[in-house]
Amino acid sequence: MFPRPIQSMSPASKVAYKIALPVMLVLWLLPLLGVAMTSIRPSGDLAAGNYFGIPSRLAFDNYLTVFRNTDLERYLLNSFKVTIPTVIGAVGLSCLTGFALAIYKFKSNLILFFIFVAGNFVPSQILMVPVRDLTVSMGMYNTTMGLALFHIAFQTGFCTLFMRNFIKALPFELVEAARVEGVSEWQIFRHVVMPLMRPAIAALSVLVFTFIWNDFFWAMVLTTGAATQPITAGLNSLNGQWIAAWHLVSAGSILAALPPVLMFFLMQRHFIAGLTLGAVK
Amino acid sequence: MKAMKTFAVAALIASVAVPALAEQRTLVFNTDASDPAPKAAFEQLVADFEAAYPEIDVVVNTFDHEGYKTAIRNFLTADSPDLANWYAGNRMRPFVEVGQFIDVSDVWAENGLYESLGSALSSMTIDGKQWGVPYTYYQWGIYYNKDAYAKAGVDAASIKTWDDFISACEKFQAAGIDCLTTGSKALWPIAGIFDYLDLRTNGYDFHMQLTSGDIAWTDDRVKAVFAEWAKVLPYTTANHAAIDWQDAVSNIVQGSAANYVIGNFAVAAFKDGGLTNDNLGFMQFPEITPGLARAEEAPTDTIHIPAGAKNVEDAKLFLAFLASSEVQTKMNGTLGQLPINSGSSVGDDPYLAAGFEMLSTADGGIAQFFDRDAPAEMAKAGMEGFQEFMVKPERLDDILERLEKVRVRVYQ
Amino acid sequence: MSASTDSLNSRRRPRAFAPWLFLAPGMAMFLFYVIIPIFQSLWVSFYDWDGLSDAKWIGIANYLELLDDDAFYTSLKNNIIWLVLYMLSVPAGLMIALFLNQTVRGIRIYKSLFFFPFVISQVVVGLIFSWFYAPGFGLLYKLIELVTGQGVAILADENLVTYGIIAAGLWPQIAYCMILYLTGLNAVASDQIEAARLDGAKGWRMLWYVVIPQLRPATFIAIVVTVIGALRSFDLVSIMTSGGPFGSSRVLSYFMYEQALSEYGYRMGYGAAIAVVLFAIMIIFISGFIWKMWRDEKGVR
Repeated sequence: MFPRPIQSMSPASKVAYKIALPVMLVLWLLPLLGVAMTSIRPSGDLAAGNYFGIPSRLAFDNYLTVFRNTDLERYLLNSFKVTIPTVIGAVGLSCLTGFALAIYKFKSNLILFFIFVAGNFVPSQILMVPVRDLTVSMGMYNTTMGLALFHIAFQTGFCTLFMRNFIKALPFELVEAARVEGVSEWQIFRHVVMPLMRPAIAALSVLVFTFIWNDFFWAMVLTTGAATQPITAGLNSLNGQWIAAWHLVSAGSILAALPPVLMFFLMQRHFIAGLTLGAVK
Repeated sequence: MKAMKTFAVAALIASVAVPALAEQRTLVFNTDASDPAPKAAFEQLVADFEAAYPEIDVVVNTFDHEGYKTAIRNFLTADSPDLANWYAGNRMRPFVEVGQFIDVSDVWAENGLYESLGSALSSMTIDGKQWGVPYTYYQWGIYYNKDAYAKAGVDAASIKTWDDFISACEKFQAAGIDCLTTGSKALWPIAGIFDYLDLRTNGYDFHMQLTSGDIAWTDDRVKAVFAEWAKVLPYTTANHAAIDWQDAVSNIVQGSAANYVIGNFAVAAFKDGGLTNDNLGFMQFPEITPGLARAEEAPTDTIHIPAGAKNVEDAKLFLAFLASSEVQTKMNGTLGQLPINSGSSVGDDPYLAAGFEMLSTADGGIAQFFDRDAPAEMAKAGMEGFQEFMVKPERLDDILERLEKVRVRVYQ
Repeated sequence: MSASTDSLNSRRRPRAFAPWLFLAPGMAMFLFYVIIPIFQSLWVSFYDWDGLSDAKWIGIANYLELLDDDAFYTSLKNNIIWLVLYMLSVPAGLMIALFLNQTVRGIRIYKSLFFFPFVISQVVVGLIFSWFYAPGFGLLYKLIELVTGQGVAILADENLVTYGIIAAGLWPQIAYCMILYLTGLNAVASDQIEAARLDGAKGWRMLWYVVIPQLRPATFIAIVVTVIGALRSFDLVSIMTSGGPFGSSRVLSYFMYEQALSEYGYRMGYGAAIAVVLFAIMIIFISGFIWKMWRDEKGVR
């Protein structure tokens, strides 16, 4: 283990380490803590110049204000309406593609695989104009479905990379044994490989959820207005209205960050496994 | 996907071929009225309209004021409402030229608007037709904190010329107060400063020629404008590039700054911050070139019917409703702005009364605003140049060269 | 003999067909939304098109104009600054990972909390840092004021603004690299560490000669995601400055959006040309990445 375990060091270093941990953490999260504090500060404090002192009271009503006076609910709902279909769609499609690329040996296998991988790294801007036109011509501009469809397609690149590598690491003998038994390819996929993919599906779902929830660029390109925009774009326009109202901006920001944060803490193991397993193989 | 496309096309054809089905009495209205006062005014307008036409349901989509300017290009081409807010003058020209707004001259003719909205006729006319209905306008000018004036020992009434203003600035500086404040993060507020300096230095016709691309940015008369601007830069809020116009309002409210070149819409924000009619002052922009016919800046806000509107008939009803004198009186009462309809009455608000007086006696002309009179690309490049000039005045020549390059390309 | 070949064939034929059935839906989506649009963008970049009226073929005029556009060079320069400074997140992530790579009570919570910035949206990160830098009352502004007596409005200063935004971007990026290294450190062979320790290696030497070589896969991924993150810097620039003051914090990704879809510009063709340039830069990194993966794949076989 590196560095040397703290347990084997002098008592002084042990204490120093135990003090350093929380201090470092506070420093690291300082901007976030500041915003969290501001979100429960009454607006009177801000007007009076009390930016960092003890709040005169805990104004949790800022959160209520945010909900009451804006379309925040709508934006959050839209985010779910984009994110959930994307998770299902992208993970579902990539189970299929990943299976195909991991199990079958055919000539263009590697080429196809690398097209998926490369596509995943393409800058969004090169897709912007044509994808916007495509969405418009399908009559899905400014709909959550139109946005989700694009996300599904784009995330398929990353998800395929992830799934293919995961399935490749499974014991291939299982597939061969099933084939000898005469099990059909679909049945192999469905009943032999799928059950083993559960951890990958969980990990990928959490990851894709976070990525899509946090997407801002495509929300700006494919949706306009509170009826369809997800929370990231919503927060951007609310920020335009809340100038000089930092207690509301802060409360809105925290609410926007909450779902992926909860997701992360609930599914932490899967999340980290996903980030590292899919990429580092 | 193909099926979806076919379906979408079919839906489109259906909506074009059968314009107003009986059960389709819905109006979709996209608005940028996100600030409190406009929001209240529009909610009221829509409620009154629905009361007058109970069979029509108005669906309002409210956009953030800044974001709307981007969004409109998207929704006009892709997901068109029946009504949309926009601005008069050159700002509506791109949409008119490509046929994104429909001709509403018939609404003007049938409702006698040539008479009642006559003052805004020219700014609503392109190719001899009218493309929307104006409902409000408001003056720009200098809003100031009277307490700050008292503290620095300056008499606002004594400021008649730009030189008077600059010498007042010295006194403000001595008192530790920013003479002039603004927030240029969103760029447009400083275009008001440029416009006024230009209108006072070179007059209305020059302003229109410059924004129409007929005058080189390297012209000496343009440089003269910046020379006047340079005089006030040492007394201008230093961090203007980091703040928005609302933040600059706080500077006035707190008394850390004295003057603010801004539109009358800011009065609501000043009052929210705690200023009252007793300590918030308004004056017209001081004189620069003596004897020049006085021109003022008063942007007009409008509502249009997009070409993709599904319910044009009811949208025209809405425009006619919006144009009437009572509706404009009531609406502008809430907005705190000036009605276009000559039969409407102006609220008894002192700032409006002063603005109305100032505008109706302006013999030089009424300009819309830099970013409404100039085409979008020129406006953007110009305002960025103004901001750079305010921060780095020594780069003026480079900035003007760059703007000239943009001018040559944009107006080609 | 012939019977068994037959049955093998009959089983192989559907098997030759099967992968394509599995691939079809994913491939179709990817084709329509990713692959074809790349070529369409290339095509659009030769047009003058405002998205409203008819497009006009103008050959390479957009690219020529780009070469004469100050805003383009500003963006390009900023992109390079982004790339270089973003790389700091790799060593910084490693440092934090080393710091946290202990087994004390509650360390898992610490690790999660350190990772926190990566989970939240860049929009929120941008807002958080805007507040942090805000002149007059921002935490950092106040701190600087306290120390030097004069606050600095970082986002209004053309020389500082890009660094201010990059700092905001580094925050989640360091967290990302940290988590990659934490996982990498788990896999470091402890017998080699022990052996090196017996040989007297410690501290920096141990890190450089023994640990880092073993962390190569993690380093590789960290560099890849960092490069891509640096070139995708749209969100933060858009939220924090909209490219300002006077365009000095523009990067290519934001410049493209500004030209093609924003309030004052609707130049789809010009925007597409900028996107093509950005893509060309990205291609260098993508091919490097693909080439390495290709080698690894061949190595496996």
